[in-house]
Amino acid sequence: MMQLWESFWSQIRTIWRVLKHTFTKAETVQYPEQKPYLAPRYRGRIVLTKDPDGDERCVACNLCAAACPPDCIALQQGTREDGRWYPEFFRINFSRCIMCGLCEEACPTNAIQLIPDFEMCEYDRQNMVYEKEHLMIDGTGKYHDYNFYRVAGMAIEGKDKGEAENEAPPIDVRSLLP
Amino acid sequence: MSDGMTVLFALGVMAAAVGGAAVLTWFERRLLGVWQDRYGPNRLGPFGILQVAADMIKLLTKHDWVPPFADRVVFIFAPTAIVVAMLMGFAVIPFGPDLHIIDVNIGLLFFLGMTSLAVYSVLLGGLASNNKYALLGGLRSAAQMVSYEVFMGLSLMGVVMLSGSFSLQDIVAAQRDMWFCIPQFLGLFVFLIAGIAESHRLPFDLPEAEHELTAGFHTEYGGMKFAMFMLGEYLGLILISAMIVTLFFGGWLGPWLPPIVWFGIKTFFVICFFILLRAAIPRPRYDQLMSLGWKVMLPITLINLVATGAIALWMHDGGAMT
Repeated sequence: MMQLWESFWSQIRTIWRVLKHTFTKAETVQYPEQKPYLAPRYRGRIVLTKDPDGDERCVACNLCAAACPPDCIALQQGTREDGRWYPEFFRINFSRCIMCGLCEEACPTNAIQLIPDFEMCEYDRQNMVYEKEHLMIDGTGKYHDYNFYRVAGMAIEGKDKGEAENEAPPIDVRSLLP
Repeated sequence: MSDGMTVLFALGVMAAAVGGAAVLTWFERRLLGVWQDRYGPNRLGPFGILQVAADMIKLLTKHDWVPPFADRVVFIFAPTAIVVAMLMGFAVIPFGPDLHIIDVNIGLLFFLGMTSLAVYSVLLGGLASNNKYALLGGLRSAAQMVSYEVFMGLSLMGVVMLSGSFSLQDIVAAQRDMWFCIPQFLGLFVFLIAGIAESHRLPFDLPEAEHELTAGFHTEYGGMKFAMFMLGEYLGLILISAMIVTLFFGGWLGPWLPPIVWFGIKTFFVICFFILLRAAIPRPRYDQLMSLGWKVMLPITLINLVATGAIALWMHDGGAMT
């Protein structure tokens, strides 16, 4: 009998508590009119950045494509006449992308970066596939004076091995001189 | 009223009931939103009321499909039965002193009969779908309706004893001094719960229980046939609310305002209360529902019946209290 009363009273209390919510404000964010606050480093869409000299940073190493969990990145590596590597095409299927940022972490040249833009709805699914010209931006993104070829040991035209910043000339392993 | 007027009035009641049920689909979602700290549909038209029209267009343009494994005739018949039965129930409700479609001397029994007929719709729908979820839903509804029907009828006998009549107009007239919700509060309580179970509204919506049975008895239904089930459910909600008002809250009685306005206001509040129950109370387990019905509700009803009878006898030598 006591238990019956307890359970009955519990229902009444629930109803009363829900009724009190008549006077509380809705938590809903009316999205398209009312934008939520996005942190400056919010991870949304992917962009490809350029180095301070205006050349593309991507060296088409494929690490991003290997790290990508849903396999949405496709690219083809090519070599320019001056010895620099570049992607012949760079394609991201944003209908697959989960915006995890693993590509950004994998990128050795800081080329691939995530920006806070996430509003990229399309009526045609094919439009979700972004090519290199859609992804490329003119700036340097988050890292303003990083230039891969200036610090890396790779030889390109006008900069041989050992001439990069903070780099010693290569050791001739066949020589006996100290 | 003349015959022509009655026909017109009946058509008007029908239109109002169906329109009310349609608006209720939107209103319920808005109200649930209020109680769950969100907005609900608020985009289309003022306050989102055109959501009703959008839903209607969607449902009407859906593919009207009968599954090949279903029992075709019964499958199509089932959704109409609930709407017809519920609309018939509106015939006996008094909206004002002389404002009723028909005032039969067994109005209350007519109402109980019509709500019982509505059960067949759910049952046949579940059976004809030839689907395990639908069958389980139909099975549950059969057990639930049968057990809750028992004390739904019995809980109203107290009202009948006090007013001495089965006619709904007489019952309303008998509440001129005191609404029956005071002497018959146990009857009201039981009828409220039985009413929810009867119209299988949310705390007792075990026949559809979307978490266990996908959609229960209307799993296989789509488009306009599904809409008919929904329409029947909302008509049932309005009907039960109107009945509660008529039987326990003095029907159209009330000062200053015209009777039909009082009736409308009261019915509106009861509907809101039903929606509040939906927002607040979770669905019980199936065996809990059954034991609540037979072990708690039925004894309460019988106690109420005996007590009311004794008091009626004591106050007026073997006569009704009117």
